Amino acid sequence: MSKPLTIHHQDTLEAHADTRLPDPHQDVFSKTTLGFWIYLMTDCLLFATLFCTYAVLHNNTFGGPSSRQLFDLPTAFAETMILLVSSVTCGFGMLSALKNEKNKIIAWLAASFLLGAAFVAIELTEFTHLVQEGHSWSVSAFLSSFFTLVGTHGLHVSVGLLWMAVLMAQIFWFGVTVFTFRRLIVFSMFWHFLDLVWIFIFTFVYLMGVI
Amino acid sequence: MITDLSLQEIKKEWHGTLRSYIIGFLASTLLTAVAFLLVMIRPLSEQILMYAIIGLAIAQAIIQLLFFLHLGQEEAKPRWETIVFCFMAVVLLIIVIGSLWIISDLNNRVMSNNWEMSHD
Repeated sequence: MSKPLTIHHQDTLEAHADTRLPDPHQDVFSKTTLGFWIYLMTDCLLFATLFCTYAVLHNNTFGGPSSRQLFDLPTAFAETMILLVSSVTCGFGMLSALKNEKNKIIAWLAASFLLGAAFVAIELTEFTHLVQEGHSWSVSAFLSSFFTLVGTHGLHVSVGLLWMAVLMAQIFWFGVTVFTFRRLIVFSMFWHFLDLVWIFIFTFVYLMGVI
Repeated sequence: MITDLSLQEIKKEWHGTLRSYIIGFLASTLLTAVAFLLVMIRPLSEQILMYAIIGLAIAQAIIQLLFFLHLGQEEAKPRWETIVFCFMAVVLLIIVIGSLWIISDLNNRVMSNNWEMSHD
């Protein structure tokens, strides 16, 4: 009599996912964020090598223009602030996700998306401006490394925008579930990471380029 | 029911708060603005200005890692994210310092000699 009862009791415990027991979902979740974190760290090494390349080559202008003549500091400062605010609105979206406020998540993500798109637009304008004035990547080693470093970051932001659009659609259709929340966390890590990389581009490329 | 419960569990894994985002944003804005103004107004000599903006960038990176990426705040006890970050930092320093050292050394030994010889 007592034995079947005990088994029944254990069954209900499992069905209600007792927090004292290791939760299989949580385990998968931690692995996902850890795996993505490891990707971010390797991406960080990719940027480190591009920063090195730029640091080595930035004086090799081959008679072309130097960073001092080309860079417009107020524009770079505006880009920095836009990306920073975009990072914060993405974080506010996460805070809304904690409270299951679906529409607010989409609104904050839309704000991040627009700011991110503005950032990419400013960067593309800067690039086309440089190329139209004859300062393309083929002019000197300095410009090749500049376009590679800043372009790689811009490409990451563009991919992030695509990802964000897909996420907004998923939140719209499915709401906050285990899977969409996990995707939101992973995406927010990516977006904050890009802001972090930009700080170093702003400092080492733009600020030091005009000193 | 199961989904709801594990969603609650997952939410505990994320450590962001309104306070952390506001502190992170204000500090980052301040540090960026100070670096920008230092370069625009030029109150310092070039050498000190270099070190100052590098210091400001590193300070801002630390602030963003703590307040936006919530580094070192995992509850599970080997803190894998922090360990992976530290390993990455070591590899990064080896790559960056090593490359710059080797290349600047080569630059001094090869480029300057060639330059002098071709002009002599």
